[in-house]
Amino acid sequence: MKRVSIIAITMSMCALLVAGTAHGSELDRFAGLKGTIDIAGGTAHIPVMNEAAKNIMKFNPAIRITVAGGGTGVGVQKVGEGLVDIGNTGRALSDAEKSKYGLVSFPFAVDGVAVAVHPKNPVNELSSEQVRKIYAGKIVNWKDVGGEDAAIHVFGRDEASGTREVFWEKLLGKGDVAQGVNIVASNGAMKVAIAQDPHAIGYLGIGHVSKDIKAIVIDKMTPTQENAKSGSYTVVRNLYMNTKGQPSALEKAFIDYIKGPEGAEIVKRSGYIPIPD
Amino acid sequence: MTMEQWIERALFACALFCSLCVTAVFGFLVYFSWPLFLDAQGLAAVFSWVWKPFMGSFGILPMVAGTFGLAVLALGIAYPLAIGVACFTHGLAPARIRNAALSLVYFMTSIPTVIYGFVSVFILVPFFRDHFERGTGFCLMTSAITLAVLIVPTIVISLRAEMGQKSEEVRLAARSLGMTPAQELLWVLLPCSGRGLVIAAVLGFGRAVGDTLVALMVAGNAPVVPRSLLDSIRTLTAHIALVVATDSQDRSYHSIFAAGLMLFLIMAGLTMVIRGLAMRIGKGKERHDSAA
Repeated sequence: MKRVSIIAITMSMCALLVAGTAHGSELDRFAGLKGTIDIAGGTAHIPVMNEAAKNIMKFNPAIRITVAGGGTGVGVQKVGEGLVDIGNTGRALSDAEKSKYGLVSFPFAVDGVAVAVHPKNPVNELSSEQVRKIYAGKIVNWKDVGGEDAAIHVFGRDEASGTREVFWEKLLGKGDVAQGVNIVASNGAMKVAIAQDPHAIGYLGIGHVSKDIKAIVIDKMTPTQENAKSGSYTVVRNLYMNTKGQPSALEKAFIDYIKGPEGAEIVKRSGYIPIPD
Repeated sequence: MTMEQWIERALFACALFCSLCVTAVFGFLVYFSWPLFLDAQGLAAVFSWVWKPFMGSFGILPMVAGTFGLAVLALGIAYPLAIGVACFTHGLAPARIRNAALSLVYFMTSIPTVIYGFVSVFILVPFFRDHFERGTGFCLMTSAITLAVLIVPTIVISLRAEMGQKSEEVRLAARSLGMTPAQELLWVLLPCSGRGLVIAAVLGFGRAVGDTLVALMVAGNAPVVPRSLLDSIRTLTAHIALVVATDSQDRSYHSIFAAGLMLFLIMAGLTMVIRGLAMRIGKGKERHDSAA
């Protein structure tokens, strides 16, 4: 199988909408355009893409937009091989990827990556050094970091995850990660794993933090979107849309819409921080 | 040309097409993992026990161990269960219960794997985490149990097919000797179904080795050799699924073709060994028959 990817055919949702917020000049750029945009890649992007797609297709039914997941790696491959029009990534492209496929990147949002534990875990704060040691398998019991006497259940993300890359570079300083770390394949699966396990530790996009799990203060930095925006929380990444070569008129309209004022509102509602154009 | 000849040719074309597909898959895997085989260092790196792709270690052997451990354990749980179900539904159970049990078995084949994985994550995993000292619940044991439930119907159906055939041959003789249905099953039908027993086991094992989603969702995916039933493991299939989406220029990407090749060879080798075994059992029986 591929990883579980949610393909949202948003056309059907349009019919369910009673009244849209979409009106005015922001959507006017889609007037007279038609065609399809297929989007795939990073799972963090999906809520933003879906809402934008819904608004656009409601405004102009001649445009069809499909949104799929798959993860950052899938986003690069699919747009590179021409299977989709826009490939989403949760990290900047490597030089090799750029040169092999001739991809052009459009950053549109900032997302923080938070370390999280079960809400019942008494630990509220860790140093980045402690997190490094936990992931390297050098600290294995919660009592060594101020918690109860119980084994630490360490969860990480798969090799293709953009979230993992940010966490590993910015927080672990590209340090060693023990082989015994349990691997889950999406932000959603990470949340389930942590929410179920009182002794778990894991990491996920700040946008995915809810009352089911508890985000940990790292080096006195509180992981909130506000702090990520102000720069006082430093474990952050950009979310990108990528096209193969320069975008077509329709793709460009879509990208401009996401990066415009109305797109910025959608980005905020989805729990991320917009990057102004 | 006669109708028969046409049919013969059409069937031959089908068989040829299938074999060509398998050969093409094999060729494809060899082609993509070939660069690794040319480079002795690369080969040693892939056939090693450490998978830390960001530290330059691309060993897939822990995944081979994980695959075998999981499949053997799952088969160990499922096989006795499945033989029991097959025997029960073959002659021991009253008709109504038999039909209910059979329709349940057939229904189980149509449940998507993801459902098993999902239910397991929310029921079995917390159970193992809470009742055992060690581990997160995402482990060899939980995934083996889940997988066992998944492969039971495969084994039951295959076994029942064989038993049904053999039963035609031996039922009257067994009855005329005054055997009860239980005696018939135990002393005549099961010993006669040796080939079917082996083939059912192979099918079950193959299904266990080939499954991806259960292992991916439940086994924990840590690339280590399990030392306990409560350790997290990663199978070759889950490994491919996890790594296939990485940066395609990376060396880890090529190593998954080696993992695929490995999976292919394991299954091919296993099938051949056991086919040979089944044939020997068949021949032995024939000798036995002619001697009698």
